[in-house]
Amino acid sequence: MKAPSFAYAKPRSLEEAFELLERAGANILAGGQSLIPSLNMRLSSPELLIDITGLSSLRGISMEQGVVRIGALTTHAEIEKSADIRKHVPLLAQAVPHIAHPAIRNRGTLGGSLALADPAAEYPACLVALGASVAVAGKQGERLVPAEKFFKGLFETDLKAGEIVVGAEFPALKKDERSVFLELARRHGDYAIIGLAAHKTASERRFAFLGAGSTPVLAKGKSLEEAKQALARDLNPPADLYHSSSTKLHLAKVLLERAWNTL
Amino acid sequence: MTVNGTQVTRRVQARQHLVDFLREELGLTGSHIGCEHGVCGACTVRVNGEIVRGCLMLAVQANGCKVETVEGLSDSGELKDLQKAFHEKNALQCGFCTPGMLMAAQDLVLQKKKCSREEIRNHISGNYCRCTGYQAIVDAIEQVLNGKG
Repeated sequence: MKAPSFAYAKPRSLEEAFELLERAGANILAGGQSLIPSLNMRLSSPELLIDITGLSSLRGISMEQGVVRIGALTTHAEIEKSADIRKHVPLLAQAVPHIAHPAIRNRGTLGGSLALADPAAEYPACLVALGASVAVAGKQGERLVPAEKFFKGLFETDLKAGEIVVGAEFPALKKDERSVFLELARRHGDYAIIGLAAHKTASERRFAFLGAGSTPVLAKGKSLEEAKQALARDLNPPADLYHSSSTKLHLAKVLLERAWNTL
Repeated sequence: MTVNGTQVTRRVQARQHLVDFLREELGLTGSHIGCEHGVCGACTVRVNGEIVRGCLMLAVQANGCKVETVEGLSDSGELKDLQKAFHEKNALQCGFCTPGMLMAAQDLVLQKKKCSREEIRNHISGNYCRCTGYQAIVDAIEQVLNGKG
């Protein structure tokens, strides 16, 4: 189908974007790889699209004092190709090839994925596993929200009216830390049946599942057996057309065991 | 914007997709419209040197961009090896997916590296063929990439 009618604006600055965002029915357009399909299928009908892709200050990867900052408009393809990301946030480098297909990774952005908060998306689980934060900005300035607090529910985030995701901050990988990303999908690039972002630091192992609930779900437990038992209590994965909830729970345990033994 | 090397200026509705613009305004009907929500890959075109979904980009977003379609790449001869290989390997039946397949395959060819069949399959995983299965398509791309066949 074709998208419904809407007005279109391309601000030259964040300030201009904040002004536009105050209009009724205004919506941010970044890479558009989720928003435009939903427009085409008439699942959403904003009155005004604010195309922020011209704001070059929201693009790029930088590193300062052990923190890697990725601008919201950085595309999946840019993250995939970045040597800095491979070295300092290897979990992301492993996750990106699972996001859709090359033509979509060339347009889709980190910020768009975080703001949408699709429970089957890769980035939210990575952020939760790594203890990363989402940078959001509004007229009042910028604030950093820890990922666990940012993802509040199904497609629901801590973004307030008038705010825009401007980036994300990740702790750079320290010596002896390890990450692994695993995902099962019916076909390469499809939505995950279930996926797992795992990270081991000196003090803990963190396992964040995607496609397992309305937000990324953290597994608990000090030993593998304990963690597997806890999964049965904590996870209630939604069934899809092809996989029952119990199949997904079984696959979650399989991934947990693989990740546990890899870290 | 520039389309296949020609400067084009038009007023467009904000809701019009790039692929609709190319087909309806410019008559470049080589890029096909399949699913219109980014799944099938039939509308794959190149914008500023990178392949994108023509149905997931608004025409207005291509303002000032360099857009290339299968017509442009075919006329310039860039696709000639792939076209020959697709022909020789019988890598199409109805041909609906072929323009998108060629655009995605050429993206891999431009990376100038040898690829396993698995890597080729990964790269074209976003392009659906509903006729033949992918065996012959992978054969054709492999012939161009690795000089096999």
